[in-house]
This record gives sequence, C-alpha cells and structure tokens, in this order.
Amino acid sequence: MKGKNAALLLMGAGAVFLVAGLMRGEAQVVFVKAVYICLECIGIG
Amino acid sequence: MGKPARRGSRFRLLFQASYVALTNGYWLGFANGTIYTGAAKAVCVPGLNCYSCPGALASCPIGALQNVLASRDFQFTFYVAGFLMITGAIFGRFVCGWLCPFGLAQDLLFKIPFLRKIRKVRGDRILKYMKFVMLGLFVIILPMFVVDIVGQGSPWFCEWVCPAGTLMAGWPLVAANASLQAVVGWLYLWKNAILIAVIFLSILIYRPFCRYLCPLGAVYEMIQPISLYRYTLDKAACTDCGACQKACKLDIAVHKTPNSPDCIRCGDCVRACPEHALKIEFAKIKRKKIWKK
Repeated sequence: MKGKNAALLLMGAGAVFLVAGLMRGEAQVVFVKAVYICLECIGIG
Repeated sequence: MGKPARRGSRFRLLFQASYVALTNGYWLGFANGTIYTGAAKAVCVPGLNCYSCPGALASCPIGALQNVLASRDFQFTFYVAGFLMITGAIFGRFVCGWLCPFGLAQDLLFKIPFLRKIRKVRGDRILKYMKFVMLGLFVIILPMFVVDIVGQGSPWFCEWVCPAGTLMAGWPLVAANASLQAVVGWLYLWKNAILIAVIFLSILIYRPFCRYLCPLGAVYEMIQPISLYRYTLDKAACTDCGACQKACKLDIAVHKTPNSPDCIRCGDCVRACPEHALKIEFAKIKRKKIWKK
C-alpha cells in the first residue's frame, strides 16, 4: 500500500523535524510570540 | 437531506463546536480582554486558530510558521514543519472539516438562508491556486526576506490577510480592551473589510476561505493524497448515480476521486451513497457505516 507507506515515512520525517526544531529552541520563539497580544493578527500592525 | 445525513451533519457540528470550546477554553480572556500565557502556547493546534484569541490555549500553526521564519535566529522551522507533516500525514484535510474554528464559523454562516446559494464558482479552477500564493508569498517568502535592520521580519499573512485573526482576536480584544481601541487605524479597517467580505461570501458559497485563500488548507491539500485518513470506493458496488457529488457542498465528483485534495472530509458523501460504496478508512481500520440508518 503505497499511500500508507508514504504517510508513515512522512510522519517519521515529521517526528525527526519536530525533535530537531525543539532542540534548536524554535518552540521558545513560538511561545514568546504567542503569549503577547499579536498586534498584526488583530489588525493594529 | 435524509435523516441519517442530518444526524451526521449535526454530529459534526457538535464535534467542531466542542473541539473549538476545548481548545479556546480560557474564558477569563474574553471577559478581561487579555490572552492566555501558559506553557501550552508553545504547542500548535492543527487548525487555523489565532493565538491571540482571548480563549486560545495553544498556537496557530500558520502564525507560528511565519514567526519562526521571520525570526532573525532561524531561516527554517523544523518544529512547525514537522508538526504539519505529522498532522497532514495522519488526518489530511479532515482537520479543515472537523478541527478548524474558522471552518466552523463558515459552516454556520452557510446555514443562513439566502435567495440563491452558489454551488459552482466561475473561475474555481484558477481561484483555488490563490491559497498556494498565500502560502508561498505571504507565509514563507515575505516573512523570510522582508526584514528590518536587525534581520527581523513580520507575519505578513496575519498582518494583511487573515480574517480568522480579525474574527477570533481582533473583534473580542478590541471590544474588551480600551487601550487597543485607542490605537486602531486603517489596517484594522482593511482587515475588517476582508473579514466582512469573507462573511458575506460564506453565506453564498460553502467555505470560500478554505477553497481559495487558506494557506493551512494548501499544506494539508498537498499531503491529503497520501494521508492515513482516507475514503475508499467499492467500484463493484458504485452505480455512478452521482448522489455523492450531489451531497457534496464543494461539488466534488467523489465517485471519480474519493481522495480529492479539495475534500474536507465532512462525510456527507459517505452518508449519501445509497449503495454504501464509499467507506472511511483509517490506515487499515475500516468502518462500513458511520451512522446507522
């Protein structure tokens, strides 16, 4: 089943990416931006 | 719409509403005009859920993607890309149909009666590529390359386009926060104009934002052909009656392409098939009927 194998491969690659991102500290960037009111999001800029 | 179809549609609506309430459960934020600041904000949710929504307990993947790309410290985001790869590989556009707050808003708007609903949109085949322009240009290229003197970019899609941000964050925060009311300007008006246009179009057309503008939908659309959550068609049972296409509010010929990238997996076609030829398959687990007649 090609589709299933491709999905599993993508999930595996995604997991590697996710861990790599966590180790590089990207989650901290996401957190810092998300805990302040995003003026761009609400249209103040 | 028959009884099982109505029951299925109500179940999906209830599921969507419960999910949105659960992931936007910081009710204090709506009262005070503030946002949640807990550790869960480092995690993304699968749908387009603005992290500045007063109730939001986690982050929007499109906002997070832009912010890491716009950061002067990173040129690529493994964290958000990995999250989208995993979510897309498991669910595909099931996320759009079941787990997206702005999708729910559009579903509710489409229920408003209007003289004539538009089923086939002129230029649909070209317009649907707009979401890839949004993804490529506003979410990736502009935040990465248009930077200030210290190398910091900005989230262009959030700033100039995203109507979900205006609805979920702009309206409640500006309504409840006097200091924000004092600084709204022409950009707020521009974003409101986009939101009002999307609201009006959502009454006429089923899910116009998902069809033509959503960059998150574009990501899941690319992955959907291989995702584990999929539909299978029993060709021996299918009589090509077209009941599935007639039931599909996106006008997809499901009997020809059961795993169309445009399909948001609402399940209307599965319930409408008189021969039960369409089935939901999740990896190797199959269910013959979703709702009993």
